[in-house]
Amino acid sequence: MSKKRIVLHFPKELVDKSIVYKLVKDFNLEFNILKAEVNPKEEGLLVLEIKGDEDDFNKGIEYLNKTGVRIQPLSQDVSMDRAKCVDCTACIPLCPTKALVKNPETLEVEFVKEKCIACGICVHVCPYKAMSIVF
Amino acid sequence: MKTIKEINERIKKGEAVVFTAEEIVEFAEKKGFKKAAQLVDVVTTATFGPMCSSGIYFNIGQSKPRIKLGGGKVTLGGVPCYAAFAAGDLFLGANALPEEDPRNAIYPGEFKYGGGHVIQDLIEGKDLILEANAYGTDCYPRRHLRTYINIKDLNEVILFNMRNCYQNYNVAVNVSDKPIYTYMGILKPNLGNANYCSAGSLSPLLNDPYYKTIGIGTKIFLAGAVGFISWWGTQHNPGVERTEKGIPKCPAGTLSLIGDLKETDPSWLIGTSMYGYGATLSVGVGIPIPVLNEEILSYVCVKDEDIVAPVVDYAKGYSPENSDVLGVVNYAQLKSGKIELAGREIPTGSLSSLKKAREIAGILKAWIKEGKFFLSEAQGKLPSADSGYRFKTLKERIPKDV
Ligand code: SF4
Ligand code: SF4
Repeated sequence: MSKKRIVLHFPKELVDKSIVYKLVKDFNLEFNILKAEVNPKEEGLLVLEIKGDEDDFNKGIEYLNKTGVRIQPLSQDVSMDRAKCVDCTACIPLCPTKALVKNPETLEVEFVKEKCIACGICVHVCPYKAMSIVF
Repeated sequence: MKTIKEINERIKKGEAVVFTAEEIVEFAEKKGFKKAAQLVDVVTTATFGPMCSSGIYFNIGQSKPRIKLGGGKVTLGGVPCYAAFAAGDLFLGANALPEEDPRNAIYPGEFKYGGGHVIQDLIEGKDLILEANAYGTDCYPRRHLRTYINIKDLNEVILFNMRNCYQNYNVAVNVSDKPIYTYMGILKPNLGNANYCSAGSLSPLLNDPYYKTIGIGTKIFLAGAVGFISWWGTQHNPGVERTEKGIPKCPAGTLSLIGDLKETDPSWLIGTSMYGYGATLSVGVGIPIPVLNEEILSYVCVKDEDIVAPVVDYAKGYSPENSDVLGVVNYAQLKSGKIELAGREIPTGSLSSLKKAREIAGILKAWIKEGKFFLSEAQGKLPSADSGYRFKTLKERIPKDV
């Protein structure tokens, strides 16, 4: 049994299809929805924590890939370069999961990796290129 | 009452009493106002943030055969320079972009590398390619030059800010239903965030609201080097509405700064990319304020809650004279990470770094305490609140085509 986090982007035409449900039915996977959102362009975003066998997980991902859902990298792939961060706080209100927080004592902006869903917003927001994401 | 001369003598003896603009508040409250005004010599202020009106002017020396850059076309690191002076002199602005940068054609543009980044690369000692095309004259026959340039080979490289240290600034929000990409950062739709850009009670001109000590010729910390205030900055606008304590309620005074780029430190001068907006340069500045009397002490004791800023909707194409002010907030609220507006809680973000500003104020304080930095007497006054000097918007007059 392993636990993994993935971010799924649903194009408009797939938003109302019951794709994720199949993960349970056909691939024996359990999931927790960490975040679900439909943006103004009617595309869907779903952040899942998936539990199950490695084999089942891989098959599930393969299935998702075929449906046309875009699968984003896991949060482990986002990192903060402390040497480049100037602790301005510009990224904080833009992060959807509060994964970037200011320490009120030191004024340092900290990256809380466990909360990050790898949305990539901070990569664009940061004027100093301190945040990066590896695909 | 003290004079700058007396303060400098105390600095020389290693006896000067120095606080940062954050520390002084508590000290004055503890010691009592009168006592503190006698005891304290200098208060240090600072700011660190993107300053678009920054640039460098520099001299590359002369090649053999000679080339006249003025009137020609020159790039440094692929970024166009302003070649409109004598043969070997150039100016490079922080917002300059390579010809081939798509800008906002691919919206929002990334602006990964511009003038500000070239300046940073120079200070970091990198070799950059300078390419020049000139028209050639009898005395300067050469027409093309392509060479590596390193900061140590340049004659003078002078950092020059036409405008810096804005005395207070707007808080930017977006009322529309689309995200917008501004010089105040990314603004989420429907009041999704509120961005500000000032060190508040640590910011230089908010600690000397009527420019009683800060003036032309004031010696400062400029990006790790010793620099000077060369003039008031562009868009200087001292006549705006002020609080009872004299603090402008909106953007007001500005400073123009100058210093030797070769002496600066890359920690305080950083190439900056504003998504969807452009490339710029972030600059760290520290300004000492001599506590000459009780009046000056009262100014440097300003607190974040005493400084208010207007919340402005940037969705409608912000203009300073004609903008929607949605409310007024103070810097204690802004720095707490959220403000209240229209009955809602809105998260705040800052473009300027308070942490870096605090570090700079601390460094300047150490320089003064260790006798490495002496104060200078301002040689000229900045136009103040009662001067009648004011910022004008452009009144367009359409030229009649012949
Ligand atoms: S926007 Fe960039 S520099 Fe500013 S706090 Fe966030 S990561 Fe650091
Ligand atoms: S990628 Fe950046 S903005 Fe997105 S969740 Fe992670 S830290 Fe927050």
